[in-house]
Amino acid sequence: MGENGIWLPNASSSLAGEVDSLFWFVFWVSTIIFAMVVLAKLYFVFKYKRKSESEVPQPVHESKLLEATWIVVPTILVLIVFTWGFDVFVKLSSAPPDAYQITVRGKQWVWEYEYAEGVVTAQDLYVPAGRPVKLLMSSVDVLHSFYVPEFRIKHDVLPNRYTTVWFEANEPGEYQIYCTEYCGTAHSGMLGKVIALREDDFQAWIIEQSQDMPPAELGAQVYNVQCSVCHAIDGSRKIGPPLNGLFGTERAFTDGSTATADESYIRDSILNPGSKIVEGYPPAMPNGFGTLSAKQLDGLVAYIKTLE
Amino acid sequence: MSVNYLNHDKSIKSWIYTLDHKRIGIMYMVAVSLAFLAGGILALLVRTELIAPGETIMAADTYNQSFTLHAVLMIFAFIIPAVPAVMGNFVLPIQLGAKDVAFPRLNLASFYIYLAGAAIALTALVVGRVDGGWTFYTPYSARVGDGILFITAGVFVMGFSSILTGLNFIVTIHKMRAPGLTWNRLPLFIWSIYATSIVQVLATPVIGITMVLLFLERLLGIGIFDPALGGDPVLFQHFFWFYSHPAVYIMILPAFGIVSDLMGTFSRQQVSGYKFVALSSVAIAFLGFLVWGHHMFVSGQSAVSSIVFSLITYLIGIPTGVKVINWVQTMYKGSVWLQTPMLYALMFLFTFSIGGFTGVMLGVLAIDVHLHDTYFVVAHFHYVMMGGNVIAALGGLHYWWPKMTGKMFNETLGRIAAVLVFIGFNTTFFPQFIMGAQGMPRRYYDYLPEFTNLHVLSTLGSYILGVGLFLIMFYLIHSLFRGKKAGPNPWGALTLEWTHTTTPPHPHNFEETPIVTRGPYDYHLAPELFGGDGASGDGHKHEADISVADSGASV
Repeated sequence: MGENGIWLPNASSSLAGEVDSLFWFVFWVSTIIFAMVVLAKLYFVFKYKRKSESEVPQPVHESKLLEATWIVVPTILVLIVFTWGFDVFVKLSSAPPDAYQITVRGKQWVWEYEYAEGVVTAQDLYVPAGRPVKLLMSSVDVLHSFYVPEFRIKHDVLPNRYTTVWFEANEPGEYQIYCTEYCGTAHSGMLGKVIALREDDFQAWIIEQSQDMPPAELGAQVYNVQCSVCHAIDGSRKIGPPLNGLFGTERAFTDGSTATADESYIRDSILNPGSKIVEGYPPAMPNGFGTLSAKQLDGLVAYIKTLE
Repeated sequence: MSVNYLNHDKSIKSWIYTLDHKRIGIMYMVAVSLAFLAGGILALLVRTELIAPGETIMAADTYNQSFTLHAVLMIFAFIIPAVPAVMGNFVLPIQLGAKDVAFPRLNLASFYIYLAGAAIALTALVVGRVDGGWTFYTPYSARVGDGILFITAGVFVMGFSSILTGLNFIVTIHKMRAPGLTWNRLPLFIWSIYATSIVQVLATPVIGITMVLLFLERLLGIGIFDPALGGDPVLFQHFFWFYSHPAVYIMILPAFGIVSDLMGTFSRQQVSGYKFVALSSVAIAFLGFLVWGHHMFVSGQSAVSSIVFSLITYLIGIPTGVKVINWVQTMYKGSVWLQTPMLYALMFLFTFSIGGFTGVMLGVLAIDVHLHDTYFVVAHFHYVMMGGNVIAALGGLHYWWPKMTGKMFNETLGRIAAVLVFIGFNTTFFPQFIMGAQGMPRRYYDYLPEFTNLHVLSTLGSYILGVGLFLIMFYLIHSLFRGKKAGPNPWGALTLEWTHTTTPPHPHNFEETPIVTRGPYDYHLAPELFGGDGASGDGHKHEADISVADSGASV
C-alpha cells in the first residue's frame, strides 16, 4: 500500500495529518486496552481452567475501587477523544473565507464541475494546489457522497440543498474521488480524480478550457467523462448499448417499435432516456443529462456520428 | 420415555395450533434458520463476486440486489427475531418458573405475523427489483421499482411480531416470576431480554410509521421524503435511524444476556458486577434512543447535532466496555470449563471488543468523516452483529440444545466448528477494516486493482466461515438422530430450566411451581451440581461416542 503504511492512504491535504494524529491516538489506545483485556482473558482461562471434578470456587468479593477505575479511566479517555475529534471536525467543516469555489453536481453516475470562469467539466476535478478550495455541491437526482480519501474529506450530496466540503491539496498530483452513497447500477463506476496543478498550470488549464473547440472534439471530451461509464465505443456491451456504428442504423425497441438512429433520435435518447428502450437492455439510463449545455449536446451528437 | 413437550402429541395439527412457548420457540428456530441460510448463501455469492475486480459471476444489478437482500434477510428476518423469539421464547418462561408466557395466543399470533411478513417481503423477488441497500435511503429507494414496496410492507408486518413478542415478555417478567425469584435473583439473560423488549415495544412503531410514509409517498405521490415532490431525504434518514439504531440494541442486548449466563455457568462463579450488568442493559436500552444521529455526521444534518450525538454515543460506549471487563473478571478464581458454549462466549469477548473499539473510532467526529460509508463501517457492523450477536447466539444454541432436543451434540465436532468459525470470521472481516481505512467505499460492485489482495483474503475467509457454519448445521441435525441422550443438567447450571425440569421439559414445564432460594450464579451453594450430570453424556468425562471419522463414514 502507500507510503503511509497499510492502514491509511497518503495524507495529501492540509488537514489530513491532523485527522491521522487523532486516528493513531485512538488506534493505539484501543489496541493497548484490547490487548490487555485479551491477555487477562487468556491468563484467566489457563490459570483457572477446571482441574478436578470437586473444586468449589468461592464467590469473589468485588472491589469497588477496581469497578470505579473501569468507569473513570475510560470516561477520561473518551472525553479527550471527543474534544479532539470535535476540534478537528470544526476545522474540516469551516472553509477559509478566501477559498476558491467550484460548483459540483452529482448525477447518476458522474461528477460534474462548474467553475467561476464559466468552464464546465466532469469526472476529473482540476484544482490549484496549495490554495483552499471549497466545493458547493448538489445532486440532480438521488443522494451521492463526495469522498477523497487522501484528503480525509467526505460529504453527502443532496438533491434539495447545497452541502460543502473544503480542502487544500498540499502538492500537485492526482487523488482518487469516490461516490460513497449508494446511487444505483453504476455506483461503483462514479469515480474521478482530483487533479491538483501548480497555480500557473491551473490558470493555463482554465484558459485552455474556455476556448472553443470543434464540435466533435468537444463531444469526444464529453463522452469520455460523462458517457463512458455505461457506453463503450468498441462494440462491447456495458450497462447500455455501444455507440459506435450506431448512426443511421435501424433500432428495435422493447415496445416492438423501430426507428432510424438519426440526429434527433440521439439527442432525444440523451435527454429523455426512458422514452425508447433498446431491445435487450434494461431501462437503466438516468435522467440527469439535461445539465449538458446546448453546445455540449450538439458536440456529443456530432461525435457519435463519427464513431464507426 | 417420559412425557415431554415434543412427544406428548406428535400430530402436525398439534404444532400448528400449539400455544406452548417451547414449541413456538422451536418453530421460530426453524424459520429464522432458513432466513440465516438464505442470507448466508447470498453473502457467499456477494463475496465470490468480489474475489476479483470487474464482473466475476454476476452483473452489477444482480450484485446490488444480492447485497440488499442479504441485509434485509439477515437483519429483519434473522437477527432481530433470532435470540428473543427463539431462545427468549424457549428459555425465558422456564427461567422464570412459569408454565408459559403471559399471553400464549398472542405469542402464536406473533409467529404467524412474522411468517406473513417474511412471505410479503419475499414476494418482492417475484415482482421486481429489491435494490437500495437495507437502509432504503430516499429518493433512490422511491424510484427503483415496485420490489421495494413489498420489502417495506414485509418489514412493517414483521414489526408487529416484534412488538407483540416484546410486550408479552415484559408482562411475563413482571407478573409470572416464581416465588422467591426477586429482581436481584433474575438470570442476566432475563434482564437482557427485558431491556430488549422495551426497545422492541418503543422503537418498532417508528419504522412502521416510516414504512407507511414511504408507501404513501410512492402510491399517492405525497411529498414526504422525495425532493422532487417537495420532501426531504434527510428526514427519512432521521426516521430510519431513530428505529434502526435502537434496533442495533435489539440485536446486541440478548447477546449480552447469553454471554453473562455462559460466563457464569462455565466459570462456576458469580457474574462479576451483576447489578451493573443488569441495570446497564436497561440504561443502554434507553440511551440507545438518543444516538441515532451518529449515523449521519456527513449526511447534511447540522454540525451541532453531530457534536451532541457524538457525545451521547460515548455514554453508551463506557457501560458496554465495563460489561466486557465484568465478563472477563467472572473467570477470576473460578473453575473455567472449556466446553463448546464457553468457546463461543470467549470468542464473543474477542470479536465484540474489536467491534466496540472500532465503534468508538467511528464515534469520533473527524475520523468518521473519513471512515463513513467505507468498508470500515461494514467490518465494524459485522464485528458487532455477527461477532456479537451471532457468535453469542451460537453459544446459546449449543448451551440450550440439549434442553431443547434432549440430545447432546458431538463435542469434538463442536470445537472444530468453533475454531473454523473464529478463523473464518476474522479472515473475512478484519481485512475489511484495512480496506475501509484505505478508502474502499461500501456497496461497490467493482473496485480499484489495489484492493484485490485484501478482497481475495476476505472472500477466502468467508468460505472458511461457511464451512464452519455448515459443519454446525450438520452435527446438530445429526445429533437429533444419533446424539447421546442428554440428562436434565449436563452443564451443571443453576437456573430453573436446568435444575427443575426434565430434558426435554414437560409440556407444562414443571411438576410443581419451583421456589427460588438462591441467586442465579450462587454455585458455591450447590456443590452437588458440579460438572453436571456427566453420566448422561455431557461429553465431559468421556467424549460423545461419535468420533469425527465415524461420522464421516456414516454420511
